[in-house]
Amino acid sequence: MADPFLSIQNVKKSFGNVAVVKDFNLDVGAGEFVSFLGPSGCGKTTMLRIVAGFEEPSAGKVLIGGKDVTGLKPNQRNIGMVFQAYALFPNLTVAQNIGFGLKVAGVPKAEAQARIDEMLGIIKLPDFGDRYPYQLSGGQQQRIALARALAPKPKLLLLDEPLSALDAKVRISLREEIRSIQKKLGITTIFVTHDQEEALSMSDRIVVMNEGRADQTGTPFEIYNRPSTKFVANFVGTLNVLEGTISDAASGTVKINAEEIGLKGKLNGSKSGDTLSLALRPEAISLGRKAGNDSNLTGQIADVHFLGSVIRVRVGVGQNVVSLDTFNSPSSPPPVVGQKTEISFSSGDVLVLH
Amino acid sequence: MKTSRFWAWLVFAVGAAYFFIPLIATFEFSLRMRRGEYSFDAYRVVLGDSRFQETFGYSVTVAVFTILLGVFLVVPTAYWIRLRMPHLRPIVEFITLLPLVIPAIVIVFGYIRMYGSNSPLPFLGSARGTDALLVIGYATLALPYMYRAVDTGLRTIDVRTLTEAAQILGAGWATIIARVILPNVLIAVLSGAFLTFAIVIGEFTLASLLNRPAFGPYLQNIGANRAYEPAALAVIAFAITWGCMSVIQILARFAPKSANRPN
Ligand SMILES: Nc1ncnc2c1ncn2[C@@H]1O[C@H](COP(=O)(O)OP(=O)(O)OP(=O)(O)O)[C@@H](O)[C@H]1O
Ligand SMILES: [Mg+2]
Repeated sequence: MADPFLSIQNVKKSFGNVAVVKDFNLDVGAGEFVSFLGPSGCGKTTMLRIVAGFEEPSAGKVLIGGKDVTGLKPNQRNIGMVFQAYALFPNLTVAQNIGFGLKVAGVPKAEAQARIDEMLGIIKLPDFGDRYPYQLSGGQQQRIALARALAPKPKLLLLDEPLSALDAKVRISLREEIRSIQKKLGITTIFVTHDQEEALSMSDRIVVMNEGRADQTGTPFEIYNRPSTKFVANFVGTLNVLEGTISDAASGTVKINAEEIGLKGKLNGSKSGDTLSLALRPEAISLGRKAGNDSNLTGQIADVHFLGSVIRVRVGVGQNVVSLDTFNSPSSPPPVVGQKTEISFSSGDVLVLH
Repeated sequence: MKTSRFWAWLVFAVGAAYFFIPLIATFEFSLRMRRGEYSFDAYRVVLGDSRFQETFGYSVTVAVFTILLGVFLVVPTAYWIRLRMPHLRPIVEFITLLPLVIPAIVIVFGYIRMYGSNSPLPFLGSARGTDALLVIGYATLALPYMYRAVDTGLRTIDVRTLTEAAQILGAGWATIIARVILPNVLIAVLSGAFLTFAIVIGEFTLASLLNRPAFGPYLQNIGANRAYEPAALAVIAFAITWGCMSVIQILARFAPKSANRPN
């Protein structure tokens, strides 16, 4: 990146002799929304806390706006942060909470009040200034926490699983709201989550973390469709894995059970006789033959889940079971368990996992 | 069901009798100063005594300073231990319990040896210095109560996250303690303060051996030389203590409802 706003360079962090973050590198452009996605315990929070200044990295540095902030205290970094547990000050009203950072910064009263009102408007809770945190729902509290973080006009916004304590409906609406506020203000944002749907739907880019490392960094489209490691492929989205053996490396022929498919140009360097894991997204597989799909396999319907507009079908293919989605059509009956069937896909959609 | 309830009431009645009969008897006795009829003469005499007013005023002043010292000492300490050094908590708790185990007389003899007028720190060389030492000694005596009260208060809030939320908003330590921590444990601090007050008002050993004109030695003096007034004083002292306790109870209702731990 030509001129990153936030630059994390070779950061490592150990607690005692446990390495929690191992050589983490990331450049984030101004105004970009980047998510850290990964399973529990992979070091997302730790990395975020290093950016905030709550933890000191064991090695490496953090630059914000081109300035090395590695040695700066959290209160000198001009960062806004939203915590999973809301962390509103229970003794202060909503307006006082939002105004906290302004008061600390010595902003004159009238100006601070105007900013508080503006923030209450942005989070669409204009009449809530006089309430106390305990009088608010979780979703409202988290919006106040967002307003509080944004009120002092920070250059960088950090959110650590801000939605995970909320129920599903609020989570989705707040997700959209956070993203639209972020876009409107153009604030550079790092969002930590272990929910892939959240990361995919909100982010400009996603960093998939695994055991303290950034396994892959890319747009949601890239991460989902072109996962670069087995871990990413498995962690993001549902994945069907078929075990195969290369029967002819030169022509790219791979044998799955007794059937063969052609994967020319995808086997980079594997030899005949090698076994491979082939991964396919459910939406890349069709039930029955379909124009444009060059590969077919036979199987047996194992399971049918009627989900309304889509029907999720599980098909046994040899030892493997693959999931695929078909759209519900009122005129044709859904597949029946036990029925023999064919599945088809385009060899271009196959991810070869090494 | 019936019988268990009967026994419960019986135990309650015995307990209440054990507690109230001496109190009622004392009260009754305190009303008998005037021969042949009940009167509040003893109270009038006590409350009108200039030495009562002086010693009581002195003790109240000392109590206020003790509370201030205790708060300044305990709130940051308990906060810091919760935030950064939780592994030290058992040790600190043990230390704060020591004043319950070590008699005040040991403390006061230690003081007299350490801070005599010939020592490098001659606290006892002047009346003000002795007052200061008395306040420090009382803060020590009240430490078990003050520390426990504050620590319990801190347990009800998410100290670490609130601290970090304030820090990232630009606040320094003084602001965090004054605007975030203290207000949220204020009720706990106040209950610690009233316990301290109750202790200081009646304390005898330290004040007497340091020879300060405090309420405790006055009580003792009256008790040794008069008949009805000590009973009146005892009732007054009880009323003060109970007053403190009720204030704690009332304040507890106003405790800020924690948003971090919704019911
Ligand atoms: N202060 C600490 N001392 C020791 N170990 C720690 C400390 N903080 C975190 N860890 C360890 O570091 C690892 C990563 O923790 P971290 O909180 O960064 O994970 P995470 O990715 O945020 O997980 P989650 O999704 O559960 O929040 C965990 O194994 C955790 O036990
Ligand atoms: Mg975390």
